[in-house]
Amino acid sequence: MNVLELQNIRKVYQKHVACDNISFNIEKGKVFGLLGPNGAGKTSLIRIITTITKADQGLVLFNGQPLNTTHPSLIGYMPEERGLYKKMKVGEQITYLARLKGFSKHEALKQLDYWLDRFDIGSWRHKRIEELSKGMQQKIQFISTVIHNPDLLILDEPFSGLDPINTNLIREEIDNLNKNGTTILFSTHRMEQVEQICENIVLINKGKNVLEGAVDQIKNDFKEHIYKIDFNGTLPENFEEHVTLVEAQTNSIKVQLIDVAHANKFLNYLLSNGTFITGFNEILPTLNEIFIKIVGGVSDE
Amino acid sequence: MSSGVEHKKIALLDPSDALQIKEKGRLRDAMVSFSYPDGSLDTLKKTFKKAGYKAILYIPQQSLDSATNTFNVHYYSDEDISITTQEAIKKAIKAQARKIKMAELGLNEVYLKRLNTTVALQAKNTDSSKKDTSSSRVYVATALGAIMMFLIYMVIFIYGNMVMRSVMEEKTNRIVEVLISSVRPFQLMLGKIVGVGAVGLTQFAIWAAVFPLLYLGVGLAFSGKLKALQQLTTTSTSNGKDLEDLMFIIQELQNFNYGYIVFIFLVFFIGGYILYASLFAAVGAAMGDDWGEGQSLTLIVAIPVIIAFYIGIAAVENPTSTMAVWASIFPFFSPIVMPARIVFDPPIAQIILSIVVLMLSCLFCIWLSGRIYRIGILMYGKKTTLREFVQWMFRKD
Repeated sequence: MNVLELQNIRKVYQKHVACDNISFNIEKGKVFGLLGPNGAGKTSLIRIITTITKADQGLVLFNGQPLNTTHPSLIGYMPEERGLYKKMKVGEQITYLARLKGFSKHEALKQLDYWLDRFDIGSWRHKRIEELSKGMQQKIQFISTVIHNPDLLILDEPFSGLDPINTNLIREEIDNLNKNGTTILFSTHRMEQVEQICENIVLINKGKNVLEGAVDQIKNDFKEHIYKIDFNGTLPENFEEHVTLVEAQTNSIKVQLIDVAHANKFLNYLLSNGTFITGFNEILPTLNEIFIKIVGGVSDE
Repeated sequence: MSSGVEHKKIALLDPSDALQIKEKGRLRDAMVSFSYPDGSLDTLKKTFKKAGYKAILYIPQQSLDSATNTFNVHYYSDEDISITTQEAIKKAIKAQARKIKMAELGLNEVYLKRLNTTVALQAKNTDSSKKDTSSSRVYVATALGAIMMFLIYMVIFIYGNMVMRSVMEEKTNRIVEVLISSVRPFQLMLGKIVGVGAVGLTQFAIWAAVFPLLYLGVGLAFSGKLKALQQLTTTSTSNGKDLEDLMFIIQELQNFNYGYIVFIFLVFFIGGYILYASLFAAVGAAMGDDWGEGQSLTLIVAIPVIIAFYIGIAAVENPTSTMAVWASIFPFFSPIVMPARIVFDPPIAQIILSIVVLMLSCLFCIWLSGRIYRIGILMYGKKTTLREFVQWMFRKD
């Protein structure tokens, strides 16, 4: 079942086309990556999903229904540009945002207790936001995003500006929420994070849908049969006649082969020539490399 | 004399004795001291500086009697003549001319005083069932109207600005994006206007409750001294007329239909606030991250309020003038002008028309501001021009 279905979304700002015929589905319980360089239309798309703006054309289905006013309370959204009321106290701030999502005061307070306890920050409850450090504020921001137990959690560049410790902490929480059934839409231009976290991705560039699918599948589709070979001793003198050398170091080389059968043959060839092989691995392309290959390395940054 | 005002020494040359200095006395003035040196104008022109004169006042040959209309005087100096000096000289010579003319006509000050007559005007209504409007009622009404007008003027500016700041804060904080993923921008804006309005009314209620108490407290604390002061004033007013006036005013204050006035005041208070607060909200949303950028937009909203205030001042003085009547119906002026007029009992049809127009305008302004607001709050880092401001009104979602 799909939590979210986007069908042919188009959004135009004056003369600038922010989203051009974008479609994708997000399966329930998955971690989904929305990728693209800055200015690709990620934020515009998210604003349509969060009902902040409307699409000019196309349809958004949430749990199979066209987007309506009851849906925002099922969505948690952490925008890239974050902010809280600076003068407000932590507790008041979080309960206020929870109540905007339709929680009763009692429910909101209960959830607040749970999360403050979880992050072990009960002592911050009566502090003003402006008294907190940047990292602390980010935690509060995260709590206020998930305080109402959303079905769909939308995170726009969630790790920007976080130190490694907080990044890990937030990542653990995201994993945890995901295990408990929350679907996560993760928007970023940092491909390496996506590889670690997401199962499925959609890649957009200049408002257009460029690539879509499971991360493993995509990597497999784009592999170029590059193998990394670690060895001891010397390589046969004329090995370059059989393969294309990509990179050479003292005890390892990277070569491009034609296919898997070729890899087997080449390994045999090396062994039969007396080279001691300590490692023979296929190198799959990173999403970053795939992305650069597809869009030609040009982004609107 | 206060600093900055120079006591000027001026040489007066009157060879034909037109001013009759010897018979009628010398010219007198607080600012200028006149001297009467001998010698011709030409020699004095060379030596007046050395003799310590600022200037020479030369009276040319002419007659001065009861038929004289214009009297010519020449002022010689090496620097420009100031307005104060001009006025001082004119005043001194005018007084001298008056003395001469009075003597010629055989008049004296006592006769002149007798020419004055005090007129006691009693305004009576043609409809004998209605109470007569006394002249002191007009004074009281003027004061009441001015106070109400001023209160609304202040409310629009103070709380309108509060709404604008609050919108700007949410925008610059970036929290607005989280908020409008939960509620509609229109709801958020409306909530803000209602919220700040409620704060305003609460503050007013507190003032209304505290002020009389404060007055009472001060009255008790100084009761002894106050009595002494009262006695002082009653003894100092020789004929007791001022006290009589005061009694009239106090009496008049009790003659207004306060329930009606307060009701109309509140209607315009709330209407005026909503109208302008929604516009201020739109301006706040359109503003960039810093205050300077939005100044021109703020001004556009502020100008009608200020114009209304000046019309209001004119309206208290002349509450039935065409301008006052039209301004009290025009929605951007009426919240300030109508309360200024209300104490003068304008026709009920005008009041109803004004309220209806104001309410419709409120709805229109809220709708219009809502359109600007929803786009403005998500525009970061760009300076909003007036053109864009107008474009946003007509842009689709």
